[in-house]
Amino acid sequence: MPLDRSVVQNIAHLARLELNAEEEAQYLSQLENILGYFRSLDEVDTSGVEPATEIVDPGDVVRDDVVDNPPAGEELLANAPSRHGRFFRVPKIIE
Amino acid sequence: MLEPIWQPLAQVAKELDAGRLSSVELTTQVLHHIEATEPKIHSFLTLTPETALEEARAADERRARGERGPLLGVPIAVKDVILTKGVRTTAASRILENFVAPYDATVIRRLREAGAVFLGKLNCDEFAMGSSTENSAFGPTYNPWNLQRVPGGSSGGSAAAVAAGQCFAALGTDTGGSIRQPAACCGIVGVKPSYGRVSRYGLIAYASSFDQIGPMARTVADCALVLEIIAGRDPRDATSAAQPVPRYSAELERPLRGLRLALPQECFGEGVQAEVRDAVLSAVRWFESQGVAVVETSLPHSRYAVPTYYLVATAEASSNLARYDGVRFGLRLAEEAGLLTMYGRTRASGFGAEVKRRIMLGTYALSAGYYDAYYLKALKVRTLVRRDFEAAFTRADVVAMPTAPTTAFRLGEKTGDPLQMYLSDIFTIAANLAGLPALSLPCGFDQEGLPIGLQLVGRPFQEAQLLAAAHAYEQAHPWKSQHPSL
Repeated sequence: MPLDRSVVQNIAHLARLELNAEEEAQYLSQLENILGYFRSLDEVDTSGVEPATEIVDPGDVVRDDVVDNPPAGEELLANAPSRHGRFFRVPKIIE
Repeated sequence: MLEPIWQPLAQVAKELDAGRLSSVELTTQVLHHIEATEPKIHSFLTLTPETALEEARAADERRARGERGPLLGVPIAVKDVILTKGVRTTAASRILENFVAPYDATVIRRLREAGAVFLGKLNCDEFAMGSSTENSAFGPTYNPWNLQRVPGGSSGGSAAAVAAGQCFAALGTDTGGSIRQPAACCGIVGVKPSYGRVSRYGLIAYASSFDQIGPMARTVADCALVLEIIAGRDPRDATSAAQPVPRYSAELERPLRGLRLALPQECFGEGVQAEVRDAVLSAVRWFESQGVAVVETSLPHSRYAVPTYYLVATAEASSNLARYDGVRFGLRLAEEAGLLTMYGRTRASGFGAEVKRRIMLGTYALSAGYYDAYYLKALKVRTLVRRDFEAAFTRADVVAMPTAPTTAFRLGEKTGDPLQMYLSDIFTIAANLAGLPALSLPCGFDQEGLPIGLQLVGRPFQEAQLLAAAHAYEQAHPWKSQHPSL
């Protein structure tokens, strides 16, 4: 399916990126160019090939359920853009 | 004798051990050199001279108590995608401009225990996405060999700082070539360890099935010394491997005889700068003269490495970067306009153009209707790229090729064409797709005096073999003693 403005808008919405019209036009042409080149993958016969989902298989990794790096409360909250006491403050979600 | 700041890490530690130099003196000299060169190079995003001198004093005290170690009191610096407690860590992004790391990455904790002195945080492409360091939100870094050229990327600040004598070693990260390509551009040594060799706990994630932290330094032995400290299993990173870590620095003198080197025919054809091809082939002939068997090989799927990587890595990035939403840390904009607008505007304004492009590309590759055609297809081709290497390693121990198709390009040369920028990673990406260890080391200069990099790729967890081969070559060649004049 060809890329068009509405696909770019939908992708930007899914990615939570508020793009302006100029950016939409620019990304449309750049993504078309990049994806056009990437379609060379269609030449490769991958029938019967398993997708590479693990790079190094470390086996099952288990550990005791012990906290050894408790979050440093104040240091974590110090990076909050907005806070109320020991809580992150966020805009109202339910109208 | 060389000025202390230009000495190899291994040598300067001996000076410290002998009491001919203190870490405070050394750190002070390095800080002065940074002050003098930084206006030209811009390799640092954050300098921490006060804590560096405190760490230097602490190291001098440890040495006075009889403690020894190759990194004890030696000034190093860190790419700004690795968390350093109490120090601003930005990923070269506006979205994290004021983020102060609440804890140390495991690699930092290990280097602190070894007594390293931390000078500050190094520039890079935003979130490590780029091949020239021009994607930093805080301005580019300039190549110390030629200030009109890029230092490569994404670990361009790390490479430039090491090349310019601003630190004895630096940490970089390599997702698609981001340690090796800048190492080649700046005439230093850079090692991308095997996937799983070094803990990523405390690394700002870009593409989790590729990202590796590794050392960058002026000599192979210096990289070995840093790698043996940072490598090894970490319970805080479930993807870190349990394989024992050799003392790489003690294995550098392994004989070359018996080694088999493979040359992939795909890496010496069209699109490769003639001087790069000649320098790499000349290095290969040197190995041959030392009794190394050289065989021709083919990596038939390497021509698909760029699209494969950019589909899988951007898909992973689109997920990893979802956390930058303006809620718990980082930039927040337009909160008065409601949650969705806050997300959209914070991310649109906080991320730079390339990061947004990759998030868009990755979101597209993963979205309904395109997943099979792009993401799943790329994962299957990734399997084929790995099989190519497995086949090559039945006949050889190490694969040799150029690190990059050209020497460092001009600032601005590729910023207008993202695809051309992606193609500068063409020779480094395959090792990331296959999870293999790889390094770049200097093997000459082009006519304009720009360094050329030789890349060696090995079997999983065979870093010691790569380092020994690189060390042998380095010992026989003068490149390491040449420094840019600044």
